[in-house]
Amino acid sequence: MAEEVRQLKGTSLWRDAWKRLLKNRLSVIGLILLVFMIIAVTIGPFIILKTTGFTADYVPSQVDEGDLVNSFPPSFQHPMGTDEAGRDLLARVLQGGRISLLVGIISTIVSLIVGVSYGAIAGYFGGRIDNIMMRIVDVFYAIPYILIVIVLLSVFGGPNAPDFITALSERIGGAGNQGMSQIFLLFFALGLVSWLTMARVVRGQVLSLKNEEFVLAARASGVSTFGIIFRHLVPNVLGPVIVYATLTVPSVMLTEAFLSFLGLGVQAPYASWGSLAADGIKNISIFPWQLIFPSVTMALTLFSLNFLGDGLRDALDPQTRKF
Amino acid sequence: MLGFILRRLLIIIPMALLVVSVTWALIRIAPGSFYSNEKTLPPAIEANIKRKYGLDKPWYQQYFLMISNVVRGDFGDSLKYQGESVNDIIKRHLPYSATIGALAYLVALMVGLSAGIVASIRQNSGFDYGSMATAMLGLSVPNFVLGPILVLVFALGVYWLPPARWGGMSNLILPVLTLAAIYMAYIARLTRAGMLEVMRSDYIRTARAKGLSETSVLLRHGIRGGLIPVVSYTGPALAGLLAGTVVVEKVFAIPGLGNIFIQSVLNRDEPLTLGIVAFLSILIMVFNLIVDISYGILDPRIRYD
Repeated sequence: MAEEVRQLKGTSLWRDAWKRLLKNRLSVIGLILLVFMIIAVTIGPFIILKTTGFTADYVPSQVDEGDLVNSFPPSFQHPMGTDEAGRDLLARVLQGGRISLLVGIISTIVSLIVGVSYGAIAGYFGGRIDNIMMRIVDVFYAIPYILIVIVLLSVFGGPNAPDFITALSERIGGAGNQGMSQIFLLFFALGLVSWLTMARVVRGQVLSLKNEEFVLAARASGVSTFGIIFRHLVPNVLGPVIVYATLTVPSVMLTEAFLSFLGLGVQAPYASWGSLAADGIKNISIFPWQLIFPSVTMALTLFSLNFLGDGLRDALDPQTRKF
Repeated sequence: MLGFILRRLLIIIPMALLVVSVTWALIRIAPGSFYSNEKTLPPAIEANIKRKYGLDKPWYQQYFLMISNVVRGDFGDSLKYQGESVNDIIKRHLPYSATIGALAYLVALMVGLSAGIVASIRQNSGFDYGSMATAMLGLSVPNFVLGPILVLVFALGVYWLPPARWGGMSNLILPVLTLAAIYMAYIARLTRAGMLEVMRSDYIRTARAKGLSETSVLLRHGIRGGLIPVVSYTGPALAGLLAGTVVVEKVFAIPGLGNIFIQSVLNRDEPLTLGIVAFLSILIMVFNLIVDISYGILDPRIRYD
């Protein structure tokens, strides 16, 4: 009996998908790189602080008025060189990575929560409710949201942040923290627009699942509507949802970088890979390392996220398995 | 079909007005205004200026005034560029952005389609792996990084091309490449996946069974089906292209509409912002309509009602 149970587990969808993912060498490399990046970004700044004493905004004292240039190429002490003000670039890249990854992950979580429940409810109820809910999504889809995000971020940027964003950022980052409220505004703006496709994906899946026997069985045994949607239907659409979420993270990170590059996203004293690259571009022909290190780190992360998402799609979606 | 197009064209008008209204509301709700950035004006002069732009009326009157102006296509004068109408500013700066955008679109389509089709025919060949890895790289390098790197290599490294600014054909090459890269990559991947799926379908087997040559199976039957995912991507791609132009214009110092838009938002130049938002949203929605119509041409199974 016990052996039989183990055998059943061995052929479960997730175990199967995991095995297929491990066979895809590029995805495994992506996964390893990503885990490494997350660990580096989480504990890296502490290690740098312990070993060399540099933080993201620490200006070393040997850089004084006598030096005409504060930006030094990579050395043993500064593996990625220093920026215009003489700050350690490695510390800044790691610090920026925290923000960039956080923006990507939080906006994706927002899109997961909103998009999955919205799509599942629309798909399960169907009929007029579905019609109205999906027309709303269509309207949002037709709106060139990037224009509105740009307007939102620039008119509410800096000291003009709405009250609830300021309150939220003060609770976490302390009072008078303008850079932090800008980051929260970014979460809000990017989360606002990234749930649409998720809602469509989930609705389509739920539509095809809701007439299956297991839903009928759940309904017959008296499970509430809420329970059917979130306990029975949503776990069954998790495959496409995970795949789509993995592909949302890099696209949100790219948008964040784009906005920060324009000076609308993350602002000083905080940095993100986008804003670091934007700073680096100003001095590209004299101090190329200021651009190269942040952007290569970012490209590597996006590269591994894209490969991981691709591998997950091949592993979880039986339709594309044959290719 | 005609009814479908007509209905969609009619929907564009309220949708564009909705976008303009949201933008207007955002600009108005946010604290500060165009005048709060300038030096403080004497109260009498400020009152005069406010009367000239109708800012002394209650907000709903201002809103209806704005909407009626937008409906007539008259956005008034820019606040920042005194005495210039918004329409003139758009007319003057649009050609730069449109040239770069259209060229990038063409380049992305041509290179992306051919790479995707060849990769799908020679599945698992060296070309397949090579082009798909390159495409993945293209998806992962932001265009504001790619642009400066191209400048560094081709303009400042080997002096083949001018590094920035508007001018002859040679000035166009780097901006167009920078803008096209990510779409090229996306289109190549979509084309490959779409072709692989279509070439395994039943109607392709039928086409082969009735003795058509492989070329005509591929070109007459395969591509039509394989292109559908690519076509559905072209709508979002256009919206992305607009955002991309902003970056490219900034990197290459090109006086296009994207830069003007960002500047107008930062300056709180309300008429100019609203004019550009209205213009771009109508443009995007018309393109989305064209995309939807072209589905029907590619796939005869799709019906409009």
